Amino acid sequence: MTAALRFDPIRLPRECETLRKEVRAFLAEEIANGTFDPHSPQGGDRDVPGFSKRVGERGWIGMTWPKKYGGHERSFLERYVVTEEMRVANAPTRRFFVADRQSGPVLLKYAPEHIKMDILPRICRGEVCFSIGMSEPNSGSDLFAAKTKATKTDGGFLINGTKIWTSSAHVANYMLAIFRTSPPTKENRRHGLTQFLVDMKTPGIKVNPIGQLTGKAEFNEVVFQDALVPDDHALGEIDGAWKQATSELAYERSGPERFLETYYVLTELVRALGDAPDARGAEGIGRLVAQLHTMRRMSVSVAGMLHAGKEPVVEASIVKDIGTVWEQQLPHRVRDLAAFVEPDASNHEILDTVLPYAMKVAPKLTIQGGTTEVLRGIIARGLGLR
Amino acid sequence: MAESENIVVETAEKIFADLADAQTINRDKKGEWKAPLWRALTEAGLPLSWVGEDCGGSGASLAEGFGVLGAAGRFAIAVPLAETMLAGWLLAQAKISSPDGEMTVAPASPKDRITGNADGSLSGRARGVPFAKAARHIAVLASGSGGFSVALVDAAKCRIEAGLNLASDGSDTVTFDHVQPIAIKPAPKGFDQTSLMLMGAVARSLQIAGTLQSMLDISVRYANERVAFEKKISKFQAVQHNLARLAGETAAAMTAASSAGDTIANAAGFDDAVFLEATAAKIRCAEAAEKGAAIAHQVHGAIGYTLEHILHRHTLRALAWRDDFGHESYWAVELGKRIAARGADELWPLVASR
Repeated sequence: MTAALRFDPIRLPRECETLRKEVRAFLAEEIANGTFDPHSPQGGDRDVPGFSKRVGERGWIGMTWPKKYGGHERSFLERYVVTEEMRVANAPTRRFFVADRQSGPVLLKYAPEHIKMDILPRICRGEVCFSIGMSEPNSGSDLFAAKTKATKTDGGFLINGTKIWTSSAHVANYMLAIFRTSPPTKENRRHGLTQFLVDMKTPGIKVNPIGQLTGKAEFNEVVFQDALVPDDHALGEIDGAWKQATSELAYERSGPERFLETYYVLTELVRALGDAPDARGAEGIGRLVAQLHTMRRMSVSVAGMLHAGKEPVVEASIVKDIGTVWEQQLPHRVRDLAAFVEPDASNHEILDTVLPYAMKVAPKLTIQGGTTEVLRGIIARGLGLR
Repeated sequence: MAESENIVVETAEKIFADLADAQTINRDKKGEWKAPLWRALTEAGLPLSWVGEDCGGSGASLAEGFGVLGAAGRFAIAVPLAETMLAGWLLAQAKISSPDGEMTVAPASPKDRITGNADGSLSGRARGVPFAKAARHIAVLASGSGGFSVALVDAAKCRIEAGLNLASDGSDTVTFDHVQPIAIKPAPKGFDQTSLMLMGAVARSLQIAGTLQSMLDISVRYANERVAFEKKISKFQAVQHNLARLAGETAAAMTAASSAGDTIANAAGFDDAVFLEATAAKIRCAEAAEKGAAIAHQVHGAIGYTLEHILHRHTLRALAWRDDFGHESYWAVELGKRIAARGADELWPLVASR
């Protein structure tokens, strides 16, 4: 079976390095202008509309999409470079990142032409924010238990029900959601769900922010009460959303954001331990860097396969499983290694401010976008165990 | 992988499958499989893969040789194939021709030093030298007043105390007491003991990654056969998740090792990129060996703990190979020191450059 597991040593092509320099220069300028603070990971979710638009002007949103929709027809590997540089700099990408990674590609594949022509160019310009409506109060990892109903009516569908844990819904212009259009069948419990595009300004939608343990409220409860969604906003096959979900997952699961979420604590650990750490500190740094390097090479390898038109679903799930567990443990390993830092003779001020935040963020990393348990189930299926 | 690389690796795999099948080896208590295997490998030119035709070898590429080592790992091969390849490679660095037969390299640990004396002889002690007892010749990297030299030494001229690694393969202590080498030449500029250790570490990483792939195969197969509580144990979620983790560790090891091999194959020398890639491979593969071996045994239960079952051929070698050419903790300290010396803000540019 392992013959099927492939992680070829794919390297980013030369043109990516030119682009990397451009992205670093752009970010340095933004930092110098005070758009965001690279030492403040909390700011990554901040709303900085001007930033999104400037990223759009550079052509770094919708990079891989056709030019006719505002895209730039650049390679998936080039997009990879932009993503990782933005993430490492703690740039405020949240407003456009979901649309760029997931929602845009879904629209490209399933939306009618006039909707594509309307929305995709605006995503590319950094003007619109998307949220993803999957989870419900009684349907989390078990996606196919979703109950929020889309009932056919004149000129569209009436939506009734509640989505929950919906990131960015309070600021999003649109949501891509799955709603129940038919009951599941005996033979196929996945049957009966349809993917929809929802304009968040539609009457009958109420967004209630939910406080998170970090003190922020960036996910929400979204209540639908007779919200009318037009017919042409149903994406793809009616009752067949389950067929559409899986191929996008490889993109969603294997990117640099799946292991770099808490990266800043490693940088700050190196800063705090100084240029000549003791054996314990050096060993700790060495192991963490070896693990980080390995994950990045795995992630780049999957990106290379996606670029080549393959669908490495199992490999992508492995990257997210290992990557998210790593970025979750990282703040705690860093805390261990920083335990003997000399308080008066060390550059540890930034570490002190970012480490508590990283430890608070850590628990969600193995939950969002497919839990560790779900991922291991997918890997097990790929191994031929189920 | 290039087409030619496939051919060399396929040749190796075919020989291993025919003459070194784990089941057959495990039943052969006298080690009668070794001589025919070595003969076939020699006929195919594999032990001297990394030696040019001008120095008596088959002149395969570094990438092809790394592919062979991965295959050797998958079959948990316990003859000095990797060692002879490394020895031939080391000798070729100084344009010394390779002799026939089994070889090994010394030193095999970053802590040991062999010194070149003024009269051209060698002195020093190398511990944990793999297969030294089985080797006819030893390729030695010696330090002297004029820098590093590469030497070819008749193993019979050295004092060799036999030892065993975790998998009961030879791991011997070799003492050089004013041993006159058969040939000695200066190492190329910039080539030092770290270069040899990094190359050895990558070889071992590829072997560990290969043997992890087999552990995963064997464990998946077993879980799909074994019935407990009236169903195949592969249907239990706890078992599935353990095997998914084993797949993850295997994937990490495969990636780290092949990336390091690819880096050395395409590098002009042993630069920072090679240092990061090679040390990361050894560290991550060693970590994967520990976690992977534990899971493979857990899935197998008691049967995997028997001498009769082949699992130990893989798990014990994966664990044993961690010790050669630098313990992973040693490399972690060395890598950590370099990262710290470069400074916090240079870490990401280094990682991103790979």
